[in-house]
Amino acid sequence: MNANLAAILYLVAGVLFIQALRGLSNPEMSRSGNRNGMIGMAIAIVTTLFATGLKDPLTWGMIFAGLAIGGGLGAVTARRIAMTAMPQLVAFFHSLVGLAAVLVAAAALYSPEAYNIGLPGEIHTFSIIEMSLGVAVGAITFTGSIIAFAKLNGNMSGAPILLPARHIINLLLLGSIVGLTIYFISAQEPWIFWAITVLSLILGFTLIIPIGGADMPVVVSMLNSYSGWAAALIGFTLENTALIITGALVGSSGAILSYIMCKGMNRSFISVIAGGFGGEVAAGGGVVETRPVKQGSAEDAAFIMKNAASVIIVPGYGMAVAQAQHALREMADLLKKEGVKVSYAIHPVAGRMPGHMNVLLAEASVPYDEVFELEDINSQFAQADVAYVIGANDVTNPSAKTNPQSPIYGMPVLDVEKAKTVLFIKRGMGSGYAGIENELFFRDNTMMLFADAKKMTEGIVKALG
Amino acid sequence: MEAIDPFIFRLSIFVLACFVGYYVVWSVTPALHTPLMSVTNAISSVIVVGALIAVSVTALNDSAWISKILGFFALILASVNIFGGFLVTQRMLAMYKKKEKK
Repeated sequence: MNANLAAILYLVAGVLFIQALRGLSNPEMSRSGNRNGMIGMAIAIVTTLFATGLKDPLTWGMIFAGLAIGGGLGAVTARRIAMTAMPQLVAFFHSLVGLAAVLVAAAALYSPEAYNIGLPGEIHTFSIIEMSLGVAVGAITFTGSIIAFAKLNGNMSGAPILLPARHIINLLLLGSIVGLTIYFISAQEPWIFWAITVLSLILGFTLIIPIGGADMPVVVSMLNSYSGWAAALIGFTLENTALIITGALVGSSGAILSYIMCKGMNRSFISVIAGGFGGEVAAGGGVVETRPVKQGSAEDAAFIMKNAASVIIVPGYGMAVAQAQHALREMADLLKKEGVKVSYAIHPVAGRMPGHMNVLLAEASVPYDEVFELEDINSQFAQADVAYVIGANDVTNPSAKTNPQSPIYGMPVLDVEKAKTVLFIKRGMGSGYAGIENELFFRDNTMMLFADAKKMTEGIVKALG
Repeated sequence: MEAIDPFIFRLSIFVLACFVGYYVVWSVTPALHTPLMSVTNAISSVIVVGALIAVSVTALNDSAWISKILGFFALILASVNIFGGFLVTQRMLAMYKKKEKK
């Protein structure tokens, strides 16, 4: 195939990928956007198959086997995965992009002539730099995402693991990677490439282990961004427009999501990366809380909500853990039948990844026009009769507004305490991830419902029906 | 003036694409941030292009074989992501429904 034609087709694929992201500006457009993405990918694959020329049967066999094995695994995973497991799945997918980037960079090192970047041992300087950066970012993405996956999937404790002198270790690793890259330009020995790879793999590991489970929304977004930059760098090595455009899109997408998540927690990106947050669960735990709280049963909650004019539901990670979204929708349906206005309030960092709660509610067939973001609904708590907090904690803590000593001071929170009654479902009196006492529990208008989120909601459904 | 290195053209594409990405992603509704992540996953697997080039290397010597095999594994990984990413996005997007008009 003519190289110019191939380049134009890659550009078309890149434009279709932009369309895929553009479609996500509203749920109606998003489905055709996703189709555009698929078409773009098909164009990129077919173009490459033609552009690489005639192939022997073995090569065709490898190509079809690779596509069939990978495609089969991917399709089955996509069909079977539970919606509550999306954060893990996304982290897992990031790790694959990272590893694929490493493998492609290595392949380019061993057969540079196939990629038009020079001859073995005499690869162009720009290409060597791009390749080294690509493999480094890819390797960091790979191990970092594996750790994020293990933390999200519960294979590893979500608590931060703090190595002594971890900042120095990370800086040393980074310095060695840069040094080896410079050395790699003049001495093009494969061992230098693999040394860069190994050091980057270690760096990915040491960067992510100190970050606590609740900071995972930022980490997942950040790794999303890294996987994009890795793809873009490999795109430079391959001189491929589709890959460069896509890498830039994904890289900026992940960066923006990280920014939104950090803002949602009022934390700086640096402090999240430095890690350690949520580790001092014991901090301030010396004082045993003895103030009384008001407790209620499912019947009490059902009675209160039945007689309300409007109820705002505030879901959090606990709802995902308990898989309570379906019971919740049933409850909302019964309330709506009673003439109660039901809406949902989503905090930007509720759950373990951006948009986590929205997906779960959509899965339970909650119409998306009943679901509102923090800034759109916060003023309505004052008019609401009931705020039903299910599985959220820190994002409702009023001390973020009033107590400058609080570790979450300044974080935007949902004003649930302004509702006439707050129904707060919780398994026990423990504090949230940040180890912070929630002032809300002791307020006069708060009724605590001590139970598993799903069981309590089902209990309320029964009492309503 | 001497000729411009093709690298500069690629860099220009990259910088402009970063800006496109910036504006496009800010227009994504927060409700769709999870599908955004899974679809970006799927499209970044266009790295499959690099894997296909490696698999298609004519295997004449040892280093060509290394590339071919590395490319094969990269192809599997990228295919998992392409199919998995697009299909799971499709599955999620199909769940977002409006309120039924009564």
